[in-house]
Amino acid sequence: MEQTIKKISSNDLLNETNLMKNSGYRLVAISCTNKDGIELTYSFDKDFDFINLRINMDYDAEIESINYMFPYAFLYENEIKELFGVNIVNMTLDFKDNLYRISVKTPFNMKKESE
Amino acid sequence: MGERTVIPFGPQHPVLPEPIHLDLVLEDEVVIEAIPQIGYVHRGLEKLVEKKDFKQYTYVAERICGICSFMHGMGYCMSVESIMDVEIPERAKFLRTIWAELSRMHSHILWLGLTADAFGFDSLFMHSWRLREMILDIFEQTTGGRVIFSVCDIGGVRKDIDQETLNMIVDVMNNIEKELKGLSDVFLNDSTVKSRTVGVGVLSKQQAFDLGAIGPMTRASGNAIDMRTEGYAAYDKLKFEPIIATQGDSYARIVVRIKEIFQSIDLIKQCISIIPEGDIIVKIKGNPNGEYFTRLEQPRGEVIYYVKANGTSFLDRVRVRTPTFANIPALLETLKGCALADVPILILTIDPCISCTER
Repeated sequence: MEQTIKKISSNDLLNETNLMKNSGYRLVAISCTNKDGIELTYSFDKDFDFINLRINMDYDAEIESINYMFPYAFLYENEIKELFGVNIVNMTLDFKDNLYRISVKTPFNMKKESE
Repeated sequence: MGERTVIPFGPQHPVLPEPIHLDLVLEDEVVIEAIPQIGYVHRGLEKLVEKKDFKQYTYVAERICGICSFMHGMGYCMSVESIMDVEIPERAKFLRTIWAELSRMHSHILWLGLTADAFGFDSLFMHSWRLREMILDIFEQTTGGRVIFSVCDIGGVRKDIDQETLNMIVDVMNNIEKELKGLSDVFLNDSTVKSRTVGVGVLSKQQAFDLGAIGPMTRASGNAIDMRTEGYAAYDKLKFEPIIATQGDSYARIVVRIKEIFQSIDLIKQCISIIPEGDIIVKIKGNPNGEYFTRLEQPRGEVIYYVKANGTSFLDRVRVRTPTFANIPALLETLKGCALADVPILILTIDPCISCTER
């Protein structure tokens, strides 16, 4: 199964996502890993052409929402914000930590564990 | 404009075996907006990767969901195998395909029963689940388990199916096919079913694509997105086309799932007719190092298994994007403008699996 991982900076996210949108790709998932800083992967697909935009950034850095280009990104973004504590800004649909009914705040945040 | 009211739907509701909550904003009896809330039973299974090594995690992946358990294990194993560059035996690929298609059949038939129950057709519900029992019996006979059967392993499968049992499976498939024809006649032609589903919750082809819908939800709107066509496991050796409908309503979702059950029967028969002899598992050596995204077609649609490994026996990350999670935006769209009485049917037409969503 062919898959491409393209590293980009957080500043390029909106431009790159816009290119994907205009080329007819669908957003497949947004994934987060945060062992050594935040690693976000935006996965897109078009006719099995599977492209992943990869962003590495500090725990406290901000990242723009892609919600206005892919309206259904709101679920992924709210999940990442609530579970990992990633600072996603300009979300058009922000559940303000109320999407998940969890008793522990940002339970997947590894920075918090190491402190 | 009528007066607006907000009605809480769930987390407990007769049509919901698992908890999910929607705030329904209504004008009179018409839904204007639906706001979801999930996480009532969130288990943090992805986080468990820090406590279980990469071999043990197969068991965790299988426990994400009790309906598509096998395919969760399979997706996880395929990711690790790709990272470790392991080519599993041909016979194991066919056995995985057989169990995967049996899982699809039992999931779709379970859903048919739940849908019949939702619109108050209880005899149809019971007949559907009676058929499903025949598939669970095959699981028990071939694996020892009826729900979670733990036969998928990194490198292949743990159990083989002998020729006599394969012949028995073909006989059961023929019986189910015969009985399903009678059952589907009711689902597709009975006026009471049609009155609750035709023209209800319409999602156009473009809407389904724009909202990231997957599985039968998007195929019922005309998008031929089916991960099996990429040819993982033994699918590259089988003849099939994605099943689509064009109406995009609740009825079309029933049509697609019923046709997919018949398709699964055909795929299982194809597998059994050409399954090669040979080993069922290869030994793996060392630990995985690298990352991989596996995508496969579960009964509810495309699932993604992302695995990131660091060369030790403990993985850095396992990420699962389940189909129900991806279909929630499409559900919210179909709810807009529907009657309050149709909300339970519409929620069921995405075939929600909250266990998967609350992984």
